[in-house]
Amino acid sequence: MTDRPDTLEPELVSPAPTVPAPTAVAPRRRRVGPALSWVFFGLGMVYFALPLIGMFEFSLRKRRGTYSFDAYTSVLSDPQFQATFSYSVVMSLVTIVLGMALVLPAALWVRIRLPAMRPVVEFITLLPLVIPVIVIAFGYLRMFNTSSFLPMTGTATGTNILLAFGYATLALPYMYRAIDNGLRTLDVQTLTEAAQILGAGWFTILFRIMLPNVFTAILSGAFLTFSIVLGEYVFAALLDRPAFGPYMIWTGGNRAYEPAALAVIAFSITWGCMGLIQLAGRLFPHTRASR
Amino acid sequence: MAYLAITHLEKSFGPTRVVKDFSLDVDKGEFISLLGPSGCGKTTVLRLVAGFETPSAGSIHIDGQDVTALHPNQRNIGMVFQSYALFPNLTVAQNVGFGLKVAGMARGEAAARVDEMLRLIGLPELGARYPFQLSGGQQQRVALARALAPRPRVLLLDEPLSALDAKIRVSLRQEIRQIQQQLGITTIFVTHDQEEALSMSDRVVVMNGGIAEQVGVPFDIYNRPATRFVAGFVGTHTAFDAQVTDAAAGEVTLGGTRVHLGQRLAAAQGEIIHLALRPEAAHLGRAEGRETVLSGQIAQVNFMGSIIRVTAMVGEAALTLDMFNRPDTPPPPVGSTVDISVAARDFIVLNAG
Repeated sequence: MTDRPDTLEPELVSPAPTVPAPTAVAPRRRRVGPALSWVFFGLGMVYFALPLIGMFEFSLRKRRGTYSFDAYTSVLSDPQFQATFSYSVVMSLVTIVLGMALVLPAALWVRIRLPAMRPVVEFITLLPLVIPVIVIAFGYLRMFNTSSFLPMTGTATGTNILLAFGYATLALPYMYRAIDNGLRTLDVQTLTEAAQILGAGWFTILFRIMLPNVFTAILSGAFLTFSIVLGEYVFAALLDRPAFGPYMIWTGGNRAYEPAALAVIAFSITWGCMGLIQLAGRLFPHTRASR
Repeated sequence: MAYLAITHLEKSFGPTRVVKDFSLDVDKGEFISLLGPSGCGKTTVLRLVAGFETPSAGSIHIDGQDVTALHPNQRNIGMVFQSYALFPNLTVAQNVGFGLKVAGMARGEAAARVDEMLRLIGLPELGARYPFQLSGGQQQRVALARALAPRPRVLLLDEPLSALDAKIRVSLRQEIRQIQQQLGITTIFVTHDQEEALSMSDRVVVMNGGIAEQVGVPFDIYNRPATRFVAGFVGTHTAFDAQVTDAAAGEVTLGGTRVHLGQRLAAAQGEIIHLALRPEAAHLGRAEGRETVLSGQIAQVNFMGSIIRVTAMVGEAALTLDMFNRPDTPPPPVGSTVDISVAARDFIVLNAG
């Protein structure tokens, strides 16, 4: 067992590729390409950043003649803000758990046992993007109102549960795609078989093998779900729940500077989530393999 | 009953019968190779033994226990996959210890077993690395250690060397065989590489179209192929059609030449039988002890380093023969007529298969 030819080192050392001598025309082409790219990138940045900068600047104008964070102070100290924001955060966490519990086993099962059903499942997960939310909300209300066979809207808890299911439906396209993309990077079938032959059951396979390997993908789906739930209006308004979405709409109709401050806060939360996705990727050493 | 008994195994996918009435008895500690071309059913047999597929008919017994209906995680079988299948989120040590943890082994005992396995595969210092930090050969060794750690009753190897480059393949196959003999573990090895199968196995099962064409020790498989398929798949051969002139005396006519095969033939007089001849059995020119002399015209000369492979047309048959490369003996020119001498006992009489 000594004198092995396959140590790491030879694979790390590769011969320098032979590059043909550049012609006189090639360097000019290379310079024009990146320059144009930077111009378009700059235009894109201006297009996206300018409204945000304008909005941020406007949110600082609450105090006359000077910039201040009065609008932010006003929003953050509003008990209604705190109540609705907390409610939506809790609801989004419930939705994330619900969505994961629904999507991860389903996506795994489709990959392992029902690959032929994948287009059908993908189509079903896309339906919430095609069917207007108000249609789904009215459907829920008709199915689960107080005079139905399952009167979930009769109590606050029942309505909250209904809202969580509604949110999970809305988040389905994002959650499914995120997890399915994560699973696509793995040889799910062989890893499952490798775990099975070592004595593992489905629970171990799901939580010790699949979940850690698609954790970054799940986080992406989770943060997208978080953003969607935080800003969602139709479901919450029609089910009459004290969520952050209706509060933002109400503030927009009744205040001047606070809506801009709220929008900046919402953007910051979304960007914070995106930063966390990146950070999560770095926390798991095995994910470096794909870089 | 054999340690691993596969009895009348059948497997169909829809209307396609992939495995047809496959039976095999494997003794404890034996190394068996399933050899055959793609689609011959060898991997399906392995997956049936592992429990990943359910047989359409037949049974599988391990150490007297009927495991046909058991799930893969209930069979206590180890398996090494072609693509390594190491868990990317676990370190080498965690991968090797996975089966032990699942089985509920105490932490200290499991750590000692992992250490023992890593020493066995010669990688005791790599326990903390992740799979992506290992070369292909190292990953496959870890996969082998992981499969062996829970002390399985049977080890299944599904083309474990196919994804590796040639040099590592040769060194690793020797290591696998050495470890298998050291542990005395019953092993089934699936491969389409005849050299691997012949060099590693106690016995080889040559498969074709879902059936076992021949089961035997490597020496017999190569030197006494039972069917035309086996002769063609294992090694190179020249096929001849010969007419039986005296079945009892083992005499046939081959391209106008009478040949005494030295064995009684199970064919009627006048019947056409199939003969095969290995390249190393034919000799360019006349030689003592090779009483049958055929006349042929050189059609092709391939220089292969230590040997030169010459193809000569003998009647309708393209006879292939190997000659050692000697700097003072250049190969005959293409188009020249030569004598080719053969010992009649080197002709292999084939069944129709």
